[in-house]
Amino acid sequence: MTDPIIQLTGVSKKYGDFTAVDNLNLSVAKGEIFGLLGPNGAGKSTSILMMLGLTEPSAGEVMLGGINATTNPIEVKKKVGYLPEDVGFYTDRTGLENLVFTARLNGIKTDEARAKAKSLMERVGLSDEMNKKTGKYSKGMRQRLGLADVLIKNPEVIILDEPTSGIDPKGVQDFLNLIVELRNEHRISVLFSSHNLHQVQQVCDRVGIFVDGKLLAEGNMDALSKKLFTHGMYLIELGIDRQSVPEETVADAAWLSSVLKPLKGVQNIRQQNEVFLIECDSDLSPAIAKTVVANKLGLNFLNRKEYGLDAIYNRYFEGGLNND
Amino acid sequence: MIRTTHRSANAFWVLVNKEIADIIRSWKFIIMLALVVLTCMGSLYAALSDFSEVVKAGKSDDAFFFLKLFTHSDGTLPSFTVFVSFLGPLLGISMGFDSINQEQSRGTLSRILAQPVFRDYVLNAKFTAALVVLSILFAVLGLLVLGFGLIFIGIPPTAEEFLRIVIFSMVTTLYVAFWLNLAMLFSVKFSQAATSALAGISIWLFFTIFYPIVVNLIAKGISPERFINESHVVYFQRIIQNIMRLNPGQLFNDATTSLLMPSVRSLGPLTMEQMSGAIPGPLPLGQSLLLVWPQVTALIAGTVTFFAIAYTLFMRREVRSR
Repeated sequence: MTDPIIQLTGVSKKYGDFTAVDNLNLSVAKGEIFGLLGPNGAGKSTSILMMLGLTEPSAGEVMLGGINATTNPIEVKKKVGYLPEDVGFYTDRTGLENLVFTARLNGIKTDEARAKAKSLMERVGLSDEMNKKTGKYSKGMRQRLGLADVLIKNPEVIILDEPTSGIDPKGVQDFLNLIVELRNEHRISVLFSSHNLHQVQQVCDRVGIFVDGKLLAEGNMDALSKKLFTHGMYLIELGIDRQSVPEETVADAAWLSSVLKPLKGVQNIRQQNEVFLIECDSDLSPAIAKTVVANKLGLNFLNRKEYGLDAIYNRYFEGGLNND
Repeated sequence: MIRTTHRSANAFWVLVNKEIADIIRSWKFIIMLALVVLTCMGSLYAALSDFSEVVKAGKSDDAFFFLKLFTHSDGTLPSFTVFVSFLGPLLGISMGFDSINQEQSRGTLSRILAQPVFRDYVLNAKFTAALVVLSILFAVLGLLVLGFGLIFIGIPPTAEEFLRIVIFSMVTTLYVAFWLNLAMLFSVKFSQAATSALAGISIWLFFTIFYPIVVNLIAKGISPERFINESHVVYFQRIIQNIMRLNPGQLFNDATTSLLMPSVRSLGPLTMEQMSGAIPGPLPLGQSLLLVWPQVTALIAGTVTFFAIAYTLFMRREVRSR
């Protein structure tokens, strides 16, 4: 990748014995939406804090726009907008006042700041709530105001840390569309951290999967699903007629796997009551049916289940890669 | 380069502006302000109603009518200085106890720190803002007392009186700033605003109520026998007084006493020998200042120490969103 805007090289963060982030290498190109996907406590927020120079890495180097974030955080913060999870505003001030305050902290003059804050609030759909105190804002409105707050300094990069948590589905949809639109309008790079696969899938050009402080894989969504989710994309439930099984054999999983041995792509066979559960990487149901019949066995049940990315993702994060 | 310095200095004053606005709008400040103003007006009224009695007595302080307004009490209400020494700490604690932890719990701290401002700006701005508000408050109170005095007595204050009152206002601001910094230290240390408020108030209570009791107990324990020579008595008095001076309230009282009562020549024990030959007259302002200088230095030192500890804790902290 030429000239990445975010570049993390061998970054680690330790709290005592606990390693929150372990040797992280990451780069995000200009104008790209990069999704950092991982469960809670994976070290996403810690990595983000290090990018902003709000905490120091134990090892490694964090560069944003060619500036070292650890040694020169002020310059980095001029270029980077950060929207934390559940952003806080001064509840006794109006949304507009809150934005103007942020703009003034960034060295923008008051008149200019007001004009800019107004146009941004219109942009994020809060033009009616401009003079309402933020204490009365709903969660979704606060997050949208947060986005305006991030944009007011004309950032080159925006970092969104779980920005959609706690918003209703419609609000999430609007928010995600807004991110993509803003990226297209201003060509800013976006780092989007989330534990929600669907949202990441929807907006991100590239995704990094982050578990237990390690970046397990990165790439676009298709490549990633091929690379990671090799197990159990399809689950075939097979029922075999007891009468047709030869008398001396025990109809268990081991027996069935010997029967299905010629088939390529069978990954795991389990028995559940009278039904066999066969995990395979592609749709093998016709082949399985054929093999069963060819072995002179009675086929009385065949059902194919296709797992979406979501289910696999859940299983993957819960259990890790235990099938390796 | 000049441009960047200018910019960041600007950001600091933006923060100070916001903090001042926050203080003035906050209910706790309005309540404390009402309390301070009411009690001060009360004590001023009490002092004025009894004023003819005071002026009559032929004392060396007679030339200083105006200073009497601050220190005189007719017995029904304590004097202005007593009220200030009592309520000042409360005012400081109420302004500082939630300064950092509230920003943290509202989630605004991480938002400010994500802007291009140095982290110490946040702490410095809070302190500066509180100091600005406090100095205005005490300057106004001092002037208010002066104004009322002028209306009721009809004699303008002398330049020295005026200067003494100005310096008294400054010392008062410093005293409140001492408590403010202690409260801010707690607000950095404790994440719950309630905890830090309680910690501040308990220290204040300890010094106003329990500390004198403890010192009395110590004094009884180490008091010399009845018939000893003079130098021992003086030595003993000194020790007790120095123990008392660990109490910031005592330092403030010492300072205000010598500032507002020019006839006070020493804050420690004086022997008859030292007094003999002294002309019974008020001390000039410079001499009074020399007398209170150690007390003022101690208050400044305490303020700076608390600020330094709060600063160190805050700079090393990792700031999460909530």
